[in-house]
Amino acid sequence: MKRLLTSTALIAALAAPAMAQDYTPDPDAQQGGAITITYKDDVATLDPAIGYDWQNWSMIKSIFDGLMDYVPGTTELRPGLAESYEISEDGLTYTFKLRDGVTFHNGRAMTAEDVKYSLDRVTAPETQSPGAGFFGAIEGYDAAASGEAEELSGVKVIDDRTVEITLTRPDATFLHVMALNFASVVPQEAVEAAGGDFGKEPVGTGAFKLGEWTIGQRLVFEKFEDHWREGVPYLDQITFEVGQEPIVALLRLQNGEVDVPGDGIPPAKFVEVMNDPAQAERVVEGGQLHTGYITLNTQIPPFDDVKVRQAVNMAINKDRIIQIINGRAVPANQPLPPTMPGYTEGPDGYAYDIEAARALLAEAGHEDGFETELYVMNTDPNPRIAQAIQQDLSQIGIDASIQSLAQANVIAAGGEADQAPMIWSGGMAWIADFPDPSNFYGPILGCAGAVPGGWNWSWYCNEELDAMAAEADAMADPAQAEARLGKWSDVYMKVMEDAPWVPVFNEQRYTMKSERMGGDDALYVDPVSIPVNYDYVYVTEQ
Amino acid sequence: MIAYLIRRLTVSVLILLGVSFITFFLLYALPADPVRQIAGRSATAQTVENIRQQLGLDQPLLVQYWRYLTGLVQGDMGRSYLQRTDVGTLIAARLPASLLLMAGAIGCELVLGLTMGVIAALRRGTATDQALMITSFVGVSAPQFVVGLLLLYVFAVQLGWFPIGGYGTWAHLVLPSVTLGIMGSGWYSRMMRSSMVDVLRADYIRTARAKGLARHRVILRHALPNAILPVIAMIGIDIGIFMGGIVVVESVFGWPGIGQLAWQAIQRVDIPIIMGVTLVSACAIVIGNLLADLVTPLIDPRIKLR
Repeated sequence: MKRLLTSTALIAALAAPAMAQDYTPDPDAQQGGAITITYKDDVATLDPAIGYDWQNWSMIKSIFDGLMDYVPGTTELRPGLAESYEISEDGLTYTFKLRDGVTFHNGRAMTAEDVKYSLDRVTAPETQSPGAGFFGAIEGYDAAASGEAEELSGVKVIDDRTVEITLTRPDATFLHVMALNFASVVPQEAVEAAGGDFGKEPVGTGAFKLGEWTIGQRLVFEKFEDHWREGVPYLDQITFEVGQEPIVALLRLQNGEVDVPGDGIPPAKFVEVMNDPAQAERVVEGGQLHTGYITLNTQIPPFDDVKVRQAVNMAINKDRIIQIINGRAVPANQPLPPTMPGYTEGPDGYAYDIEAARALLAEAGHEDGFETELYVMNTDPNPRIAQAIQQDLSQIGIDASIQSLAQANVIAAGGEADQAPMIWSGGMAWIADFPDPSNFYGPILGCAGAVPGGWNWSWYCNEELDAMAAEADAMADPAQAEARLGKWSDVYMKVMEDAPWVPVFNEQRYTMKSERMGGDDALYVDPVSIPVNYDYVYVTEQ
Repeated sequence: MIAYLIRRLTVSVLILLGVSFITFFLLYALPADPVRQIAGRSATAQTVENIRQQLGLDQPLLVQYWRYLTGLVQGDMGRSYLQRTDVGTLIAARLPASLLLMAGAIGCELVLGLTMGVIAALRRGTATDQALMITSFVGVSAPQFVVGLLLLYVFAVQLGWFPIGGYGTWAHLVLPSVTLGIMGSGWYSRMMRSSMVDVLRADYIRTARAKGLARHRVILRHALPNAILPVIAMIGIDIGIFMGGIVVVESVFGWPGIGQLAWQAIQRVDIPIIMGVTLVSACAIVIGNLLADLVTPLIDPRIKLR
């Protein structure tokens, strides 16, 4: 289950494909030093084709590079291993020119063949990559993904430094796809030498290389001296200590033994930390591309009636739910979070109004209410939030019993058409893979996701909106960027008319750091690298 | 003796088979689909089917179980679904830490438990005896995660005597060992006390006293070695109890053993790891019990193995 955050302003990126903008190095930055970061869970894998959780996502970003990349601390695209690229008139052919002098950690120079190998590998069925589906627009994807073809026919090596990628349909999100970890460039010989354990012995072109990995204890990243980006990274070494409870990590941070607690501030300590000026000063707050929502299964009566769904939308007291999580969120009124391009300013959505909700429910023929079930993941604070929802619903006569289950079981129930009438998405909520409005639609609100085992837990399928979404994503011409976002805004407003969800809140992100950590605040709430952008942070004393 | 061993070993293998069978079917009967976990959100139906086929998860459960067993006898415990690493390697990397923790816990049990038991027996009926027995009762009853957090807070955070969780030095070992061993200490002190009380009443102790031996000599030379034997035989059985405890203790202290591995795997429905750790634990329990049974007749010749 992917916990990936991203945010804001794609407009600039789309409008200026030449992308002159880049990162201005911090004048105060110091070279050298080592930091310690803690995590509760072991790192599952560092294979860029496999890793798909928020913890390894940023680690992989530091070990590997893709053709595209983001300006640190922002969601603006910038060229990565590609020096430049050209998009054909019809939006179907992308020609990437690779940088000169890029070497892998094993010393070999990176070439266009490596780019092709990496894309073939991530889409090959044997790799079992959770990200293979992102490359569906590349010509020859279906044949490659089913194993009929050995390679993607749409990826061609023109010469050592030029790769041409042909798509079957214009795709406005393609450059973002090339910035995903799944599109990282890996050296074939190292993958083969690792014999299935590339995730434990990663070799990339990134700013850091893996120095030591003691399973269950620590990973040590060391600065890659021959990294192609001059002066990056600042740190000489990062030690990730795993198996540390967040609460223990916080204590160690206060003792000066830890620089960043990777799992953040434990909810039980949040108020204490924020009320202590010395500690609160070291917390960086930022938005994140997250929406917490309740799904209403449109296939299960009475939620097949739009009036019932709208009534539920009006009955939920979102401010009270936000109080339960100590105010670490803002109320939501639509599927997209406010920092996402395409977010619709203005409408309040369904305001909290018990009387109107009751009236609407009566209109739908349920003046006496009804009984239903609310599924929820069993870790704090989700059951408490579910209880708040339960109380809100009882106000309009709906008697919801709470089914509090392990994450995997809630996901399984959501994937069945007739299982879960309502699900609170907490702990499983959608966080964007890349900062584009399309990423919030297809799998969770589109018809494609309303299949057994899918993520569209409302089982909402509006073919008209699906067509609109497809049209929007075909608008790959940068000149149409504004119009495209407008179209996406329309899609989400129409979704809310049908009310398959109750959008509840958008979570805020809080990162804590030690006193000696330096660098722009944006690096500590980097939308792409969580908890921090390892390549650009530095320490002021060693 | 040989016949006994063969019989016990056969039974042990059957027990392990039973454990593997039950665990396997319980895990795969879960509504959570491991393929979905591997495939992720953006997977198409075809990707999901591909993965299902490659892992053999489309086969009937019995066929899957047979494949797992045949792999197992060749030493292949399968690959983790999410880490894509060999389960045997993962367990082997973490087993030493768990064994060290158990050794520490046994040490703690013996030192704390035996001392308390002996003192209580010598001061039988006094306030000291009662205080010690109440302490042991608390030790037996207190949940490990509470004891762990309490020790962590008092001795690591407040007093700063020990590191706050982690692994590496002897100092790191102390608090987790005490947490894991405190329950056993409670049991041991009670057993030691009653065993010691019995021995102190025995004729040979009276004889030893009567011939004028010093009190400490009577206790250390004559009473203790006899009283301690039944307690020592318990250590084998302890290993089984520890296997349950390490899941909690390792998680609280960030101890990189197989308990922590199991806990993380359970949260992510990484079935091959859960299977592997369960089997390794079952093996440890079976071996522990077997050792306990084998040691008993050596300690007490009146007991014969048949």
